[in-house]
Amino acid sequence: MKFDTVIIGGGLSGLLCGIRLQKAGKKCAIVSAGQSAIHFSSGSFDLLGRLPDGTAVENPLEALSGLNPDHPYSLLGKEKVCRYAEQAPLFLESCGVHVSGEASRNSWRITPTGERKPAWLTLSDFTPLESKEQRIGEKALIVNILGYLDFNTKFLADSFERQGTKCRIVSLKLEEMERLRKNPSEMRSTNIARVMDRDGVWEKAAEQIRQMLEDEDTVVLPAVFGLKDGSVPQSLGKYIGVKTVFVATMPPSVPGIRTQMNLRAEFEKAGGRFFLGDTVTDAKFTADGNVESIGTVNFGDIRLYADNFVLASGSFFSKGLIATPERIYEPVFNIDLDYAQGRDNWFDGNFWNRQNYISFGASAKDGIHASINGETIPNLYVIGSILSGSNTLYEGSGGGIAVITAMAAADAILDGTEHAEYAK
Amino acid sequence: MNMQEKNISANNFEQCIKCTVCTVYCPVVPVNPLYPGPKQAGPDGERLRLKKGIFFDDTLKYCLNCKRCEVACPSGVRIGDIIQAARIKYNTKPPKLRDMMLASTDLMGSVATKVAPAVNMTLGLKPVKSVMDGLLGIDKHRDFPKYSSRTFEKWYRKNVKTFQDSFNHHVSFFHGCYANYNYPQLGKDLVSVMNALGYGVHLLDKEKCCGVALISNGMTDKARKNAAANLESIRKSVNERQMPVIGTSSTCSFTLRDEYPHLLGIGNDDVRDYIELATRFIYRLADEGKVRFVFKKDYKARIAYHTPCHMEKLGWGIFSAELLRMIPGVELTVLDSNCCGIAGTYGFKKENYQVSQAIGKPLFEQIAKLRPDFVACDCETCKWQIEMSTDYAVKNPISVLAEALDLVATSEANK
Repeated sequence: MKFDTVIIGGGLSGLLCGIRLQKAGKKCAIVSAGQSAIHFSSGSFDLLGRLPDGTAVENPLEALSGLNPDHPYSLLGKEKVCRYAEQAPLFLESCGVHVSGEASRNSWRITPTGERKPAWLTLSDFTPLESKEQRIGEKALIVNILGYLDFNTKFLADSFERQGTKCRIVSLKLEEMERLRKNPSEMRSTNIARVMDRDGVWEKAAEQIRQMLEDEDTVVLPAVFGLKDGSVPQSLGKYIGVKTVFVATMPPSVPGIRTQMNLRAEFEKAGGRFFLGDTVTDAKFTADGNVESIGTVNFGDIRLYADNFVLASGSFFSKGLIATPERIYEPVFNIDLDYAQGRDNWFDGNFWNRQNYISFGASAKDGIHASINGETIPNLYVIGSILSGSNTLYEGSGGGIAVITAMAAADAILDGTEHAEYAK
Repeated sequence: MNMQEKNISANNFEQCIKCTVCTVYCPVVPVNPLYPGPKQAGPDGERLRLKKGIFFDDTLKYCLNCKRCEVACPSGVRIGDIIQAARIKYNTKPPKLRDMMLASTDLMGSVATKVAPAVNMTLGLKPVKSVMDGLLGIDKHRDFPKYSSRTFEKWYRKNVKTFQDSFNHHVSFFHGCYANYNYPQLGKDLVSVMNALGYGVHLLDKEKCCGVALISNGMTDKARKNAAANLESIRKSVNERQMPVIGTSSTCSFTLRDEYPHLLGIGNDDVRDYIELATRFIYRLADEGKVRFVFKKDYKARIAYHTPCHMEKLGWGIFSAELLRMIPGVELTVLDSNCCGIAGTYGFKKENYQVSQAIGKPLFEQIAKLRPDFVACDCETCKWQIEMSTDYAVKNPISVLAEALDLVATSEANK
């Protein structure tokens, strides 16, 4: 089966790259082994929150020069990173993902445990804070749904109270939810959202919240609204009548899943082919060192051919990278990786410390081209969290790397001259 | 350290990290609160069951075995297999009479075809439906698939067997119970299409029901016997006659390839790659330029393609869809990935009827909104469900090909 571009990995990076190419008229396929990390989304994409030396970042674009030379942003170059970071909100908007935020100034998101973390672009479900210290209100009514365990109201109240917000915690009891409560282990965000999304149910919830309100100026709710229809959270807030703040829950993430579904639908609507639940097994190369085709479990002997291939297979969790006690490798192409020698240098025994293994991954001299035994593979691009050079968890840079390298690789594929630069 | 690497349990059980993504895509969870969901029924419950069998939970019967949890799992855990394997291992209750009847598709079929008109009429009568509903627990809303008075095998032997050897290439056809007892036209269409492409079509020495309904209804021993018999015939076809085995039912093909080793513990590694759906087989030939299609000039159809759950799991919907797209007069829409709700015999059971229809609702609504000329789908039970629940006919992609091809001209082109 022949495509212009075959993308391995159906997460944020793979999907954005695929949509950009498909909409530019390229015939694309995405092979995805199961659902992606967007299902665990915090609701925000980060660009850069902290430099490797620990310095907090206010303006990510200005801070780029403080990154190591092997950081994906450094390899791609400041000019490109700034350009794509500025284009990204509009690009996401064109993919049906509504976001707020800007690249030149970090905003702040509230985590499920009430921490505050720097954010770049935030899904329209959430209202990012202007500063780390900003109070969410004078008095907050924190509302949970009775029986829902993935929303920790006490942690949230503690953290809001440290900022001087007076909090009161209440539970919402809806008869529509009672059916779900029969099965406590499945009282999960998506199951709640499915019930809430039904006609009349979220209105009933809003009505109950209005009645519980005393003198609070802010309502805090878990982000369990709008699994299919992203307008539900806003409508709910309007109905309640006071400022309503949604806080991300423990996974799965309702806004994240909606985002994933929208992105896949956008890709398929443009004509792209999405192969879910399939795993790429191997690659064949042409005599001149390009990738010729890949094989998958489901396709068997029918191979996927393409002019260009994009590896967006993610890091260890999604098996884009495999670690054995002795080595780390990339299982499809066996591309060059950067990682520390000696297993003792991979991790810190203290779980909470910075973990080196998170920065391991694909080495890409120009930020997006893969190499094998030091030789650049002209038609093989590598994007997203499989890239090496950044401790995304420590830096708060995973979202930005996924979005920006996806856009850069798509444009490199579309721009023949840039491609020719690497051809032999 | 080595132990950690080698400690791989059945169905990738230990790979589960409790991310709950499977539960998001389970079609049963939103509509049946009695079902604990794939994570709990699968890997979570398995931890307990491994400790003691008494932790087996009877609600596992609500699992459709659609495998959508497996398609969604980011960690490659065979959640559906864990659930079905637990049912096989721990469920000690003998199957009910009704379940035995529903599961014995080939026994029921071979009896019913002999007196088909009477059976079809009787099964369609309201009083009979009420009795089956009340006594047996087969839901009265269900229409039974009609039985044919002559099986596909009989038709094959009488009409086309003699000239199949005259072709240059050959395949064996696993027709399944549906094409044999209920709808021989599908088998006839397969023969017409393959013959036109230059392939002789042969029956297996012995074909038994693939056993999917036996597995889901707790008749594992019978399923194992069928599996052994089928694999013996398939091995003869593949090894002695060099004939790959193709089918027209996604679930039969899936069962022969994956449920035999995963659920019944019967290995098929040596022949698994030679068992596939006809649409995939034909797509490969077309992709490699080995066959030519000549389509009727005036063929026009707006088709909505529904991907059956087991087709999602196989990842082969693309082949049926791409084949349909090759027909010049076809305007194809691939429907959103939703379970139709019937899941073989599941939806026939009175206790599942409401759940079954609730699961299928989004699919039925999408079809109604789209107003296609007809729906295309590779699964017979999806066909019954969609035909009962919408105003649209459902055709197997092979039948669509048979309709759209100029068979005479195609035969000439492939000589």
